[in-house]
Amino acid sequence: MDENFADVDPMVYQSRINVPYSWWAGDTASGFFIALRDEKKIMGKKCLRCGRTYVPPRKVCPLCFTENAEWVEVGDEGSLQSYTVCRRQLASLPREAPVIFGLIRLDGADTALLHYVDEIDPEQIRIGMRVKAKFADERTGGIGDIAHFRPAK
Amino acid sequence: MSPSQEDSFVIEGKLALPYQYFAGRTGSRFLIALRDEKKIQGLRCEKCDKTFVPPRSTCERCLSDISENWVELKNTGSVTGFTIVRYAEPHQPVEAPYILALIKLDGADTPIPHIVKGVPLGEMKVGMRVKAVFAETTTSTIMDIDHFGPAEP
Amino acid sequence: MDRVAIIGVGMTRIEANKITDTFADMVWEAVNGALDDAGMTIEDVDNVVTTSNDFWDGRTISCMAVGDASGVRDKNVSCVEGDGAFGALYGLTRTLSGSYGTTLVTAHSKGSESVSSLITNAAFDPIYERVIGMDMISACAMQAMAYLDRTETTSEQLAAVSVKNHGNARYNPLAQLPMEITVDDVLSSEMICDPLHKLDCSPVSDGCCAIILASEERVPRYRGKPVWIEGVSFCSDSYFLGDRELSTAPSLTRAAERAFAMAGITDPGAEIDVAELYDAFTHQELMWLEAMGLCEDGKAGSRLENGEFHMDGRLPVNPSGGLLSGHPVIAAGLIRIAEIVKQLRGEAAEHQIPNARRGIAQGVNGLCGQSHCVWVLGKDD
Repeated sequence: MDENFADVDPMVYQSRINVPYSWWAGDTASGFFIALRDEKKIMGKKCLRCGRTYVPPRKVCPLCFTENAEWVEVGDEGSLQSYTVCRRQLASLPREAPVIFGLIRLDGADTALLHYVDEIDPEQIRIGMRVKAKFADERTGGIGDIAHFRPAK
Repeated sequence: MSPSQEDSFVIEGKLALPYQYFAGRTGSRFLIALRDEKKIQGLRCEKCDKTFVPPRSTCERCLSDISENWVELKNTGSVTGFTIVRYAEPHQPVEAPYILALIKLDGADTPIPHIVKGVPLGEMKVGMRVKAVFAETTTSTIMDIDHFGPAEP
Repeated sequence: MDRVAIIGVGMTRIEANKITDTFADMVWEAVNGALDDAGMTIEDVDNVVTTSNDFWDGRTISCMAVGDASGVRDKNVSCVEGDGAFGALYGLTRTLSGSYGTTLVTAHSKGSESVSSLITNAAFDPIYERVIGMDMISACAMQAMAYLDRTETTSEQLAAVSVKNHGNARYNPLAQLPMEITVDDVLSSEMICDPLHKLDCSPVSDGCCAIILASEERVPRYRGKPVWIEGVSFCSDSYFLGDRELSTAPSLTRAAERAFAMAGITDPGAEIDVAELYDAFTHQELMWLEAMGLCEDGKAGSRLENGEFHMDGRLPVNPSGGLLSGHPVIAAGLIRIAEIVKQLRGEAAEHQIPNARRGIAQGVNGLCGQSHCVWVLGKDD
């Protein structure tokens, strides 16, 4: 095969699929973001059939397939279900490594929220530890309105 | 809590994914001949009596290996179909409105898509004879043929 | 279930970067390999199922492009976007429908042409999660952390999976990364995302696989040695990572239970001779063994250290070297099936497990193993 490429570099075509999207968050996510932005409250949606409270909220319970009718305020504190410390500068990272990702089960919620963990030495993190939301000073209606989770006092 | 229209969130995003496509041993030879010798080559399957351009290493009908059976094609051909593109999108190589045509080169069995210039839009016809006009500055892509223009009768 | 066999398999070498091949070239190589193996021509194939993913191809509606390379002209073709084991399942159902006597299934990807981290980041929900910047590696690292915590499996035990699989790859000429390494080599390799080191992770690869399924009635017409599908099942877990118990795999447990029941297996640990599992990361090989009931919960690490899953152990796992030794996404699950076919036919050459008569193959789709497809294959006496 290599004789094909004697004296010449194999052809490589560089390209990019660059596709912009605009996603309607829908009325459920919009309600969640409004409460975060305006009241620093974290809201879940409860299924009246099985009783599960979903954070982030969904319109329909994925187990019962009925509409989740009730909004429930969950605490801004919870327990860390798991975490990882990303040390390599993976292409998907929006900031400089190391970055700590965590799954946080807030008090009152039956599902865990994906977010950052900060203000702690990675060696000190323990699964099951209590963490608390730190809200961003400037909030615009997005998951970034929570800046990160930090150890609860 | 139902949000008003003004508070229906739209999440803007973009999928910007870079790619590098290896032209492979067949594509590289095609592009090198085009770029350096202004020659358009196809690959021929003797069993099926078909000459493919752009060339493929395997005959799509009988799946036999045709990767060494190179055939030089003429730079002239006939238009088997065309359209006039009247809308503008970022991926287009020339400004609309322009003629996009399928051109069956003399010696080939498969037409290739390309741009036709030098023909008033209203006078474009199926069956028109056209000739490749090569690019001044090469890019090692199919655009080393800059466009097809009307062939001398 | 009516009987269907796999009568042809073909695959390319798994490499970091196949610069001389476009994906079509890879597909032709695998398809021609499967046709030669079965003693068939493309005309003998009644229908085709292709498996591909637009983002890894860098080509939208990729199923149609790869269809061309899969010989679909004048044939019925359908597509599965996801892992090749799921494509094969769809191919099986088409064969079982009675409408098609033979089915060609292909699966391919070229990881060298794209940035996997950006593609897997895009799998996260755009409203709530994507901007946080996780990808497949960081998500699976979070799963590994939870698994180590729950089961008290050690990093050394994870490393032992890598040592075994890279070591096995030395006997598989098609593997990308044959390596003779130690547990210390793994533990001192770059820490990518706690607790996963570089050698705990599978590489990015290019590769393609094709298999041909035939109904019992059509099998005798071709010279390809049949390996019979005895059981198969597919089950999925929730999408959001936060809805799941990440250190467990209940969907795999369910899929394995059903596949084993279909095959009439009552004691999987004793009745299965060889397994090819989806070891995208070292902790996953251990998790999947436990979830399928092939050993007790939390004990896979210590059983591995006792040699039970080595090529000369009681249940050889990934004699091919597994994904850790070469991971073309999409193709990976189909390659597991093809490897078991080779084992049961006695055609695995230097990585052959002696007297293998029944084997299992596993495919995975989605973040951290959201869904699983389990195949039980066997050979007639």
